[in-house]
Amino acid sequence: MLEINPGVAIWTIITFLILVAILKKVAWKPIIDALTQREDSIRKALEDAQKAKEEAQRLMEENKRNLARAEEEVQRIIREGRETAERIRAEILEKARKEADMMIERAREEIERHREQAMLQLRAQVADLAIEVASKLIGEVLNEQKHRKLVEKYLQEISSEKRA
Amino acid sequence: MWIGNLAFAADTLKHAENSHAGGESSSWMLHHISDSRTIDLEPFGHITLPQFPPIRIGGLEIDLSITKHVFFMWLVSLILIIVLSIVARSYKKQIVPHGLANLIEVFVVFIRDEIVLSVIGKDGLKYLHYFLTLFFFILLCNLFGLIPYGATATGNLAVTGGLAFLSFILIQLAGIRKHGLIGYYKGLVPHGVPAFVAPLMFIVEFLGLFAKAFALTVRLFANMTAGHIVILSLIGLIFIFKSVLVAPVSIAFAVFINLLEILVAFIQAYIFTMLTALFVGLSIHQH
Repeated sequence: MLEINPGVAIWTIITFLILVAILKKVAWKPIIDALTQREDSIRKALEDAQKAKEEAQRLMEENKRNLARAEEEVQRIIREGRETAERIRAEILEKARKEADMMIERAREEIERHREQAMLQLRAQVADLAIEVASKLIGEVLNEQKHRKLVEKYLQEISSEKRA
Repeated sequence: MWIGNLAFAADTLKHAENSHAGGESSSWMLHHISDSRTIDLEPFGHITLPQFPPIRIGGLEIDLSITKHVFFMWLVSLILIIVLSIVARSYKKQIVPHGLANLIEVFVVFIRDEIVLSVIGKDGLKYLHYFLTLFFFILLCNLFGLIPYGATATGNLAVTGGLAFLSFILIQLAGIRKHGLIGYYKGLVPHGVPAFVAPLMFIVEFLGLFAKAFALTVRLFANMTAGHIVILSLIGLIFIFKSVLVAPVSIAFAVFINLLEILVAFIQAYIFTMLTALFVGLSIHQH
């Protein structure tokens, strides 16, 4: 059992060397090549996927940035629009108020003028009326000239008293 | 092995009867383990293998006759070539492995990544085909001992010695290729050794190279032989006790050992390959 048969050892060496040579040609080379090729393709696929993922990430970031910028722009436009509208409203309001004030002022002046005119007319009529009445009452005692002066004088007093 | 070699029965009974006189009774076991010039196919008879007259080289007489173990080595080689070329062809058709290719690929990838690349490194890929062949050859030789009528070629010192010799040559060649003839043998002496110890260290390290190969030889041989002896002993118990009652126990244990042997077959193929790779790695990375 423990003896070594050199013939068998030589056969072993020959057999094994031939086996290595044959298997290298028919089996190991194709198998290892196929394995390497597959590993490469898997690695490449993974790298591609990674790259695609990064690209997508980048695009998404960009989109998000663009969106944010657009949002900001929109906000700005709305704000500006609102400010402009506010300003225009204020202007219009101001103008309208001024116009109204002006109209009121003018109307008031008109009214004042009319009142003054009416007052003058009234005063003249009243004087006339008073003289007529007085001359009818008193008769022809005093001449018209004197009466008029007298009435004028009283009227003056009355109006000045009223004003005071 | 224990199923196929029904010849034990006859053998063992004969020996058991003879041994009553007090003779040795274990030679029948050796008969089933050791090499022979015939392939037993009991009860169908046996095949006598061709024999050649011994060749004399120098003072050494070498008998190159084909023996049982040589025959089984060739059978293993043939099976490996056929099966692996089928696998290799299947890769040509499609790159996705299926069936047998999956099984082979597991081992191929393991040997490449876990043994060659992790122990030797990128330099080892040059010798990858050697390690792959070594692993599959040893594995199949080991497993052949477990099937009926089979014989374990790796349970022969000449076979394991031959394989270890090739590994030894590979270790030297790998080292010489990397460091040059002188550089490699100079590198055997570790750095920082005092000058007067260096020659001694060189002798020790040089002998160590042979010791490694010797250890490889004996480890594989002993492991493959031991399991068979245990199985045969367990079966032999039935005939020694001459009782059928022993049979269930014996067979249960024998089956257990046989299963263990399957494990050992894989482990030893792995260890032989792994250690060869380790030594190649050591001779390539000397520092």
